[in-house]
Amino acid sequence: MLRGVRFRDDKDFSGCSIFGMMNAGGVKFTGEPMLTAIANMKERSNGLGGGFAAYGIYPQYADLYCFQMMYSDEAGKQDAEEFLKANFTIEQAELIPTSTCEGVEDPPLLWRYFLHPRENLDLACELEDLDDFVVQSVMHINAKIDGAFAFSSGKNMGVFKGVGFPEDIGRFFRLDEYEGYIWVAHGRFPTNTQAWWGGAHPFNILDWSVVHNGEISSYGINQRYLEMYGYICTLFTDTEVIAYAVDLLVRRHGLSIADMAKVLAAPLWTNIDRMPRKEKELHTALRQTYGSLLLNGPFSIIVSNLSQMIGLTDRIRLRPLVAGRNGDWMYLSSEEAPMHLVDDILKDTWIPSGGEPIIFQLKAASPGKEKEQALSGAGRA
Amino acid sequence: MKSYIIPDFLVERDDSRCIRCEVCVRQCGFDTHRYDEEEDEVYVDEDKCVGCLRCVTLCPTNALIVRENPTQVPSNANWTREVLHNIYKQAETGGVLLTGMGCDKEYRNYWDRITLDASQVTNPSIDPLREPMELRTYLGAKPDALEIGGKAGKPSLETRLAPQLRMEIPMLFSALSYGAISYNTCECLARAAVEMGTFYNTGEGGLHRDFYKYGDHTICQVASGRFGVHADYLEVAAALEIKIGQGAKPGIGGHLPGEKVSAEISRTRMIPEGTDALSPAPHHDIYSIEDLAQLIYALKEATNWEKPVSVKIAAVHNSAAIASGMVRAGADIIALDGIRGGTGAAPTMIRDNVGIPIELALAAVDTRLREEGIRNRASVVIAGGIRSSADVIKAIALGADAVYIGTAALVALGCHVCQKCYTGTCNWGIATQDPYLTKRLNPDVGTRRLVNLLTGWSHEIMEILGGMGINAVESLRGNRLRLRGVGLTQEELDILGIKHAGA
Repeated sequence: MLRGVRFRDDKDFSGCSIFGMMNAGGVKFTGEPMLTAIANMKERSNGLGGGFAAYGIYPQYADLYCFQMMYSDEAGKQDAEEFLKANFTIEQAELIPTSTCEGVEDPPLLWRYFLHPRENLDLACELEDLDDFVVQSVMHINAKIDGAFAFSSGKNMGVFKGVGFPEDIGRFFRLDEYEGYIWVAHGRFPTNTQAWWGGAHPFNILDWSVVHNGEISSYGINQRYLEMYGYICTLFTDTEVIAYAVDLLVRRHGLSIADMAKVLAAPLWTNIDRMPRKEKELHTALRQTYGSLLLNGPFSIIVSNLSQMIGLTDRIRLRPLVAGRNGDWMYLSSEEAPMHLVDDILKDTWIPSGGEPIIFQLKAASPGKEKEQALSGAGRA
Repeated sequence: MKSYIIPDFLVERDDSRCIRCEVCVRQCGFDTHRYDEEEDEVYVDEDKCVGCLRCVTLCPTNALIVRENPTQVPSNANWTREVLHNIYKQAETGGVLLTGMGCDKEYRNYWDRITLDASQVTNPSIDPLREPMELRTYLGAKPDALEIGGKAGKPSLETRLAPQLRMEIPMLFSALSYGAISYNTCECLARAAVEMGTFYNTGEGGLHRDFYKYGDHTICQVASGRFGVHADYLEVAAALEIKIGQGAKPGIGGHLPGEKVSAEISRTRMIPEGTDALSPAPHHDIYSIEDLAQLIYALKEATNWEKPVSVKIAAVHNSAAIASGMVRAGADIIALDGIRGGTGAAPTMIRDNVGIPIELALAAVDTRLREEGIRNRASVVIAGGIRSSADVIKAIALGADAVYIGTAALVALGCHVCQKCYTGTCNWGIATQDPYLTKRLNPDVGTRRLVNLLTGWSHEIMEILGGMGINAVESLRGNRLRLRGVGLTQEELDILGIKHAGA
């Protein structure tokens, strides 16, 4: 059952564990420490969802979009492949390798496709348009094609998720065989029995992945606002809304990560009123314009892309987040213990304030606009 | 001609309590009570009583009881006392039936069929006594995206936003014109708006020069009669509002009976003393949507593009399509006034039969503007029978940016909703220009009562928001998932865009 939902609530309600690990120098590592770390927070999940995102894992296809798909049956696969073939050139299609693992039952068919949009498509050949086209295609598959669900659509990255404890899901997907320089993990504790593979975290669109602990009490308006920009929320998860919000703000509207964080976890008006004139003007405009994207309610999230791993909590910090740094090794976690478990010489850990983004930046990232963030990421942002 | 109308109310005086102080005699502007010195008796002419309860409220010994006349017309579901009285009145006068305040008929009140959500377990509720809780609201057109330039780490705003009205609470006072209401009432509304960091609205009565000092908190209306509209009036306002229609009387213009046009009102409205001020039904320079656009731009041009322009319409069947046109015509704020919206004077048949409930109009307009992707381009403010903070919060969750409060504000000042505003006699000193009556409303006391009301409602809104796990009002705005309907049909739920309770 991909979209076979027994109880359709407005959205899911869940508590969770999140963990992120990156090497700012781009040194790759396997999923092994991720399993260790996330298993250490077992109490925060209940076996109804776990998942991972890994960056840098498909260097041989680095320029191609990688669609990782779940199918409930062959018919779903046929319909989806028909759609993909009509719109994309598929360079490689393969089963996602898995191994049987206790605690992981009844998996859907899992396929991945390395592809790029067909050249004869009526598109101006600009990167942004291609990205938009990919977003639209993912929306189409997930909303319109029965029995098919695209759960990962970025380049040189992949999401692996399902129903089970995260460490079991990790072993099921053989994550010890992948090497990436950014990994994030998620263990889920939903409060209903609506456990399905697509509903696990991370949620992904293009290169953006989000893992999330919390519940967004502003979900209703976040979703309606995003609909105006063509994002159709099909999953009834808060996390989906966050991923789309990040995509809209950063990719489409060109906001910096820091400004994006100021939208999702806006400073209080009393603080804005005390800012110097230009800053006040900017923050006032951000809240006036993007008030509908303020994420209200308890959350801690890790948002990642090919060059960044960003941690953020709600502005009054109702869910936990700890950051850690040991040279090039950067950590974000629901709890501090797992960081020490995977890095026994880690000393520098701290608890960010509510609404304060922690931006860890890959060193080799593009210069200019992001440079400042690289600097801020290198210290306590 | 002998009137066939029997009194609506009976006035009973407990003679053992009455001390002949004559408070009731002096307080009743309708001359219901009369003191006979020789007999040392207080007599009552019940035909004159409107049920405003001024005498009851001020009687120092609680000697008075005013109650509905129990005498029934012969029982009939169709030919009720009200129907018969209306016919008698018209048979005796040949006139149009007039009334005041909002529609008093039992159209379904959707606010009372909608319940609110609260957080339990998975999401902590927030305690507004201990945590910040933000009600600040900005009205005006918002861009679809912001452009931010500047150097890395020193971002600066490139987009210039359209002018915005900053409100510390998502409530403002409805359009109530000087003329319909007294000078003192205007003063109370203006001063309370200043104190609460919000706005009041002049209605179509112009603005008395004494109140120019409150201009930063004043929305000046431009209605079809153009009463009191001149350069200074536009200049002093914080925002302008083009009044196309009003919930109490969709399709017709404003009415101010000549009895209420005193010297001051004549000066403010720029009309002769004692003449009826009847606004034309349409604006005679707006016969189509493009004409509205011209007026919007004329007002913006006249005020140097520094003020948001609101357009107010009555909630009617196709409000959603009209609102869409208004946004495209350049309105920064859409003001919607529902069938329960108040008035100082309106034809009874129109008040009670034209228009639709504001809840449905609001939901339809918000949905339509979102479907068309233009919701950012205007704020939506609603009016028409908002009675409590619960109504306010439900309206915001349905999609309103803010809520106009009219009747409730007048009730705070003493109004008992007797619906006789159009007579020019108001024993509470609100909807009258009679100096003997207007001085009853002390501006200091009235301001305090209005500030208290809005303060109380604000606290309640914060409590309810906190209960939902929300600490800024923008996270509730349009958040219909936090609403559930009780006892509504599927069609009603679909229009409101909410689920039924339990679902």
